Amino acid sequence: MEIFVQLLVNGVIAGGTYALAAVGYSMVYGALKFINFAHGSIAMVGAYIAFVLVTMGNVPLVPAFLGSMLLTAMLGVMVERVAYRPLRRAPKLASLTTAIAVSFVLDAAVMIIMGADIRTFSLTGLRSYQIGPIYITPVQGAIILTSLAFMVGLYWLLTRTKLGKAIRAVADGISLAEVSGIDTNLIISAVFAIGSALAAASGALIGMDTNLQPTMGFIITVKAFAAVVLGGLGNVWGAVVGAFLIGIVENTGVWFIPPVWKDSIAYGILILALFLRPSGIFGKKEEAQVTVL
Amino acid sequence: MKAPDATLLKVEGLTKDFGGLRAVDRCSFEVPRGSIFGLIGPNGSGKTTVFNLVTGFLEPTEGRVFFNGHDITGLRPHQIARYGIARTFQLVRTFNRITVMENLLLGVHHQPGENLLWGVLRTPHVHRQERRAIDRARELLAIVGLEHAANEYCGNLSYAEQKMVELTRALMSDPQLVMLDEPTSGINPTLVNRILDYIRHLREEQGKTFLVVEHDMRVIMNLCDRIAVLDYGQKIAEGTPAEICANAAVIDAYLGTCAS
Amino acid sequence: MELALIVHLLVVFTIYGILAISLNLVVGATGLFNLGHAAFYGIGAYTSALLVKAGVPWLLAVLTSMATASCVAFIIGIPTLRLVGDYLAVVTMGLGEITRAVFKNWISLTRGPMGLPGIPHASVLGIEFDTAEKFLILGVVCLVIVFVVAERVLYSPFGRVLKGIREDEAAVQALGKNTYRYKMGVLILGSAMAGLAGSLFAHYITFIDPSSFVMWLTFFLFLIIVLGGLGNNLGAVVVTVVFVALREGLRFVGLPLWLNPAALQQLIFGILLIIATIFVPRGLIPERKVVYE
Repeated sequence: MEIFVQLLVNGVIAGGTYALAAVGYSMVYGALKFINFAHGSIAMVGAYIAFVLVTMGNVPLVPAFLGSMLLTAMLGVMVERVAYRPLRRAPKLASLTTAIAVSFVLDAAVMIIMGADIRTFSLTGLRSYQIGPIYITPVQGAIILTSLAFMVGLYWLLTRTKLGKAIRAVADGISLAEVSGIDTNLIISAVFAIGSALAAASGALIGMDTNLQPTMGFIITVKAFAAVVLGGLGNVWGAVVGAFLIGIVENTGVWFIPPVWKDSIAYGILILALFLRPSGIFGKKEEAQVTVL
Repeated sequence: MKAPDATLLKVEGLTKDFGGLRAVDRCSFEVPRGSIFGLIGPNGSGKTTVFNLVTGFLEPTEGRVFFNGHDITGLRPHQIARYGIARTFQLVRTFNRITVMENLLLGVHHQPGENLLWGVLRTPHVHRQERRAIDRARELLAIVGLEHAANEYCGNLSYAEQKMVELTRALMSDPQLVMLDEPTSGINPTLVNRILDYIRHLREEQGKTFLVVEHDMRVIMNLCDRIAVLDYGQKIAEGTPAEICANAAVIDAYLGTCAS
Repeated sequence: MELALIVHLLVVFTIYGILAISLNLVVGATGLFNLGHAAFYGIGAYTSALLVKAGVPWLLAVLTSMATASCVAFIIGIPTLRLVGDYLAVVTMGLGEITRAVFKNWISLTRGPMGLPGIPHASVLGIEFDTAEKFLILGVVCLVIVFVVAERVLYSPFGRVLKGIREDEAAVQALGKNTYRYKMGVLILGSAMAGLAGSLFAHYITFIDPSSFVMWLTFFLFLIIVLGGLGNNLGAVVVTVVFVALREGLRFVGLPLWLNPAALQQLIFGILLIIATIFVPRGLIPERKVVYE
């Protein structure tokens, strides 16, 4: 039983990192109605930037974390500018293709610069705390706190600010937003900046909690997408709920099936969700249908 | 075998909610066989939504749709099309990276060659059917004056020509009801008259029934036998063009005057 | 270059040619974003290898491996092909990860990362294809069959519907066609062809392990069909020749030791795909126009 509680807590922690990635994913989908396959790789780059700043630049952890978010935000904006914007009016297949290409380019670039080996932050001098029967590392505590903080911040941004209003207007319909005088290009850049910064946070936290690898982006992409589908495509808060669900299910799932299959659980949930309720928990049915007019 | 109904399409209490917004509200009307029925109303009054509900692209929240006496509510778009309802779209939706001829050939229902196995084997009956379809497409293209463009990529045509292709494509299946969503928008006046003449010709010669959404009051008043007026998703009036013109509520909603 | 190397490259070309043509049917002609082609290829390879090792004749094993790949495609297609294209994209991408997890972790069946050695050579009616030269004949025969079938599909009324779906699926539905069935048909056909390629590969190399069926292969095929002209089989074949040679050639370029050749290749090909998608969307050899007299 105690182990089960520990697994549950691990699930919440994993869910927090997935939520950070899924939110950006969902925001980009909302704005451009396409899946940004490069999102996971952008999170991976964020993780490596934080890693380089901490281990090679001797930057303290928190500034390195924030610095990585800032730099990755710039990367995300640049990716949109170079690879997606020229194709906004082209068939959707085109931007999906460049997205997958961008993810391969980012993975390859990191592999060339940093090598293909697994890296760890080796945060020495940190020891686990014991709360009742549960062990939790400071990094894991930080994951829960930062993901909560960012979610609250994002909620505030989307609901209370002018920028948030504009983002929601673009999500409701890009041409309508344009007509009503919104600089849609600027808003889309902002969406990519915010989404990529949160992805960097996700990647860096995953990296600190476990380890880093140039190929980690793929897994983040699949899990974040599973979260987004579970919550309802285009629904930002649904994605958060979906992310925590996936984190919890795959961690407690280790109780029942061998841990080597842990990464496959999210995929199983995704397939199951598509069979049972393709519009997700909070999604509108029309969003997912083929016949969107 | 009972005699065909005088009513071809019957819409009963059709309602559609999008989230909290009611786009179509208990809308009812009947389209008589062989008539040209107009659906008008200001922007956002729910005309296109009615179109999408009738053709199965949207599922109604409430209400029923009958075609030829069959309840077609909630069927999928391709099933409804097979009953004999063809449609065009508000913004032209031709297949632009294939030729005009291919566009038209796609309009034919129940082609044996559209089965994977027969298509690959190319049996004689596939060839015969294909030949017939090509001949018919040529005929229709000649009528609308696009014979020369048969083997042109559809994307290279002008907007008006694409609109013609879309209409012709809809006719390839020889439908009983043709639903046109703003058939004359974005087209110059001389061509508009040609399209209207063509629609009348199809009604007179082939007994086709039309349901037309249109913005241009002059077009609709000229063309239609009966008109229903929508405002905020509700039907506020129905009648002959003359009756509609005299209706104060319509003039109020539309803020426009009728051309005589 | 020695003759043996040329023969080897030609065999590789026939296998990749089959993969490129089949992916082209799904992606280029129909516009389905299928990222799981390597998975179907792998499923074919493992199925065939395991069956022949268990004593089943090769011809029967090939057919079974094609059927297995088709079945998986069918199951994947049921929930995803009714929804907007992005779902198929991510689910097939996830499929790649899952099949790899199965190949790696179902050790009692696949021997995991150690791979399956000693796969018997292909044999048809007592003729053993046990040398590269003999195998080349088999490869060419299969490639020609696949090419002819693909051409007939593309230029049949069935293929016309596929292209219509690529251009505007809702409009095809309005024309009375059940687009779901067409998409399912082409996905199953393409996956069966990938399964065939997998079987050829397994019985040519006589050793398979999970590393041969990575996502990178699907990406490589994407580059081939985008450059070759989406929807153009001949273009796909021509570009396959060029790329198989190019990839081989890159091995002989003297690279500094720190530079990971696989990563460099990935970087170059990724950038190439972005450029091609944006600037030559119809490929080097555009889709052939169907002219009716």
